Amino acid sequence: MATNTAHTQAPGGAKEPFPPFQQDTFASQLLWLVLIFGALYLLMARVALPRVGGIVAARSSQIESDLAEAQRLKVETEAAVAAYEKLLADARANAQAIAGKTRDSLMAEADQRRKTLEDQLNRKLDEAEKAIVATKSAAMANVKGIAVDAATAIVERLIGQAPAEKSVADAVTEVLKR
Amino acid sequence: MADPIHQFKINKIATIANVGGHEIAFTNSSLYMLIAAGVVTALMVGATARRSLVPGRLQSVAELSYEFVADTLKSSAGSEGMKFFPLVFTLFMFILTVNMIGLIPGTFTVTSHIIVTAALALLVFFTVIGYGVYRNGFKFLKLFVPSGIPIYILPLIVFIEVLSFLSRPISHSVRLFANMLAGHITLKVFASFVTMLGGLGFVGWLGAILPLGLTVSLTALEMLVAFLQAYVFTILTCIYLNDAIHPGH
Repeated sequence: MATNTAHTQAPGGAKEPFPPFQQDTFASQLLWLVLIFGALYLLMARVALPRVGGIVAARSSQIESDLAEAQRLKVETEAAVAAYEKLLADARANAQAIAGKTRDSLMAEADQRRKTLEDQLNRKLDEAEKAIVATKSAAMANVKGIAVDAATAIVERLIGQAPAEKSVADAVTEVLKR
Repeated sequence: MADPIHQFKINKIATIANVGGHEIAFTNSSLYMLIAAGVVTALMVGATARRSLVPGRLQSVAELSYEFVADTLKSSAGSEGMKFFPLVFTLFMFILTVNMIGLIPGTFTVTSHIIVTAALALLVFFTVIGYGVYRNGFKFLKLFVPSGIPIYILPLIVFIEVLSFLSRPISHSVRLFANMLAGHITLKVFASFVTMLGGLGFVGWLGAILPLGLTVSLTALEMLVAFLQAYVFTILTCIYLNDAIHPGH
């Protein structure tokens, strides 16, 4: 802690009083303290402290606004996700509706076609049955004629005389009923 | 042994003027005041010039000092005390810087002179009286009359309160001055033991180890003291200012 480097010659070499109590240095110490401390005070009050205070305030407001922005973006994101999910659900429901409708219409068409086809077939069946009945009755009529002829011929051969056509026909009809 | 008082000597660098028998000179004390003011300016003005949103190291230190002093003032004198923020901040930074620079070997400690600490303490004292009277008028005297005291001991209490108020600048200034002075004398004494013993040859070298270690640890202690005394001066200033703002006990 040597201060010998800053040594200047002590006047006269006499024993000096304790330096902090040397009153002849007070005036210049006070003057320079007033000047330098005053200048420093002005510099701090006018320049440094408003500047640092501004920096600190700007930072905290920046952080605040950034946080608010982040919050806003988060809300926006959530809304977008919700909208997307709603859209997805709508699309899914739509697709299901379209599929159902298509299936129903196809089924209805198939039913329609089947029905017409069945109708046609039934009609043809009916016609065929009618034709069969007609044919059958015609055939039965023919059989009766043949049977009457045959019976007449058989009776004529047996008794040598042709029976009355009416009674043969009645007899044949009687037999055919059985 | 080197004179431990020598380090406090005021050395003239240049005589400026003679006013009424008082010699006004630029001295080593003035030089170190100027250096301290320059350091504080460089920190508070220079390091904050860029106004970075993300501060660099020095700007962080500047902001830290700002918030430290602001918190100290606000917690002891309330938000109205922020009116005195520039004064309190300048006091703290000036005293702290001057104390710290004084710890560098070969430098001069401005606060080791009672006239400087007394001037700063009186600045606070008169600011308290001036603002207290300006703000509260006659009610400022309530500072000396605590409420809820029986009337028969009130004169005694008022006498003690006035006395303690008047002795504030003395304790305020002597505390800082004496701490700086004593610390530097102790450091100097132990350091000169090292050089003295070191001159005695090998045995002396061994003997010098103890005072050397003491000097090193004392230097660390003195750094703490340098900060602590600046802080104590500042917080007392805040408490005194609080009295000016809220004089009722």
